[in-house]
Amino acid sequence: MNVCVTVNGKVYERVVEPRLLLSDFLRHELNLTGTHVGCEQGVCGACTVLLNGDPVRSCLIFAVQAHEQEIMTVEGLAPAGTDKLHPLQEAFRDAHGLQCGFCTPGFLLTLLPFIEENPNPTEQEIREALSGNLCRCTGYQNIVKAVKLAVETAERGE
Amino acid sequence: MKPAPFDYHAPTTLAEALALLDEYGFDAKLLAGGQSLVPTMNFRLALPEILIDINHIADLAFVRNEDDGLHIGALTRHAELERSELVAEKAPLLAEAMPNVAHSQIRNRGTIGGSLAHADPAAELPAIMIALEARFRIQSQSDDRWIAASDFFVDLFTTELEAEEILTEIVIPPLPARTGCAFLELARRHGDFALVGAATRVTLDNLGACSEARIVLLSVGNTSVRAVLAEQSLQGKALTGQNIRDAALIASDQDIEPPADMHATEKYRRQLTKVLAERTLTKALERATSAP
Ligand SMILES: Cc1cc2nc3c(=O)[nH]c(=O)nc-3n(C[C@H](O)[C@H](O)[C@H](O)COP(=O)(O)OP(=O)(O)OC[C@H]3O[C@@H](n4cnc5c(N)ncnc54)[C@H](O)[C@@H]3O)c2cc1C
Ligand code: FES
Ligand code: FES
Repeated sequence: MNVCVTVNGKVYERVVEPRLLLSDFLRHELNLTGTHVGCEQGVCGACTVLLNGDPVRSCLIFAVQAHEQEIMTVEGLAPAGTDKLHPLQEAFRDAHGLQCGFCTPGFLLTLLPFIEENPNPTEQEIREALSGNLCRCTGYQNIVKAVKLAVETAERGE
Repeated sequence: MKPAPFDYHAPTTLAEALALLDEYGFDAKLLAGGQSLVPTMNFRLALPEILIDINHIADLAFVRNEDDGLHIGALTRHAELERSELVAEKAPLLAEAMPNVAHSQIRNRGTIGGSLAHADPAAELPAIMIALEARFRIQSQSDDRWIAASDFFVDLFTTELEAEEILTEIVIPPLPARTGCAFLELARRHGDFALVGAATRVTLDNLGACSEARIVLLSVGNTSVRAVLAEQSLQGKALTGQNIRDAALIASDQDIEPPADMHATEKYRRQLTKVLAERTLTKALERATSAP
């Protein structure tokens, strides 16, 4: 089947089998390997991408379902054509919100709309927002710190 | 861990979807949010030959209020129900439960119809629908019928739905006067499936005694379970702390045969049932007392 999908602002067209998962489509067809695959059952959150702005599991959607939709992956976060990171990525780096980094793309894409909708979240709200993403390294403390740092930085208008 | 091949159909009208189901029957599966079906396909526990993706049937996604209650289209996403002001106003018990249904990323895709058709005994929505006495509209090419939520769930992952039928609409009738509801669950982590959950509803008579109580429990059997003996024990009685505690004990001791698994022992599930039944009944009473 023909799939025409916009990923990080760029239009891609491919012919794929209906059973191809969106996660595999991004990684194998488009070579966007920033989207990670941990469990393929919706549990770990590593494969989280934005579908028309909303975080979803790319391992639980078929690529053909993304036809004529807009996807954003971790590759779309940092401003294109510069060596700068997105402020959320900087906060993760500065607060040591990652160790191996396997889980990080999923956390970032879950958090992006969350911070926009909740410019002043409580720690409880942050932890609930993160509940659908597993991290096997950090113990989450520094991820929560990174979110707080990102929020504070945004507040100061930096 | 990749799905087996299938033919993919994406009808844009209900009539087309019903015709496809009529043609393919057991070989076909409906794909709604995919949040339960796709994991099972990824593990090849489900091997549908035909997948009928209903996500393009715009008519199936709606929330609107009518005289006979709140009407919800089967394709309405969990996230939509969670955000809906109409749901918060007309079915506060549903609104209270929604944040507990999986994680936000799952709620952005998962649908109410999929959750009900899937009939997971640990799922919140079946219990909520039974507590609220909802009814479901089920359509096929040759039939169009309504069924009460309490008759819909048959067994573990099994409902009254036939292979060629689609659950299209849910109606939640308005709450009677002087009625309050409450939902609580305990999960290891926010958004995980509940170890035990309780959806409770009480109606008070003019003297303030309980004219009707409903206690629906999840994760303690093959379907959502009504704690019928506990409900009866409250009928006509004042909802004193002691009566509520007695009812909670009946629910946990007599109304259920909870499973033991790696998540919780039978004894722990009974203990949780007692605590959650007591707390939700107390909360529901508080709300019924201040309700119009
Ligand atoms: C990590 C994770 C955690 C979760 N935690 C929870 C939780 O805590 N609580 C909870 O309740 N759920 C939980 N879920 C399940 C989630 O809520 C699903 O969205 C829901 O069970 C199924 O809805 P769906 O729309 O995704 O259905 P699908 O997966 O598309 O379909 C499920 C089944 O229903 C059938 N079906 C779908 N729509 C219809 C219809 N309109 N008529 C007839 N049949 C239909 C399908 O053919 C399929 O057999 C979780 C899921 C995941 C992946
Ligand atoms: S790979 Fe998709 S949730 Fe784990
Ligand atoms: S940093 Fe290694 S899994 Fe999160």
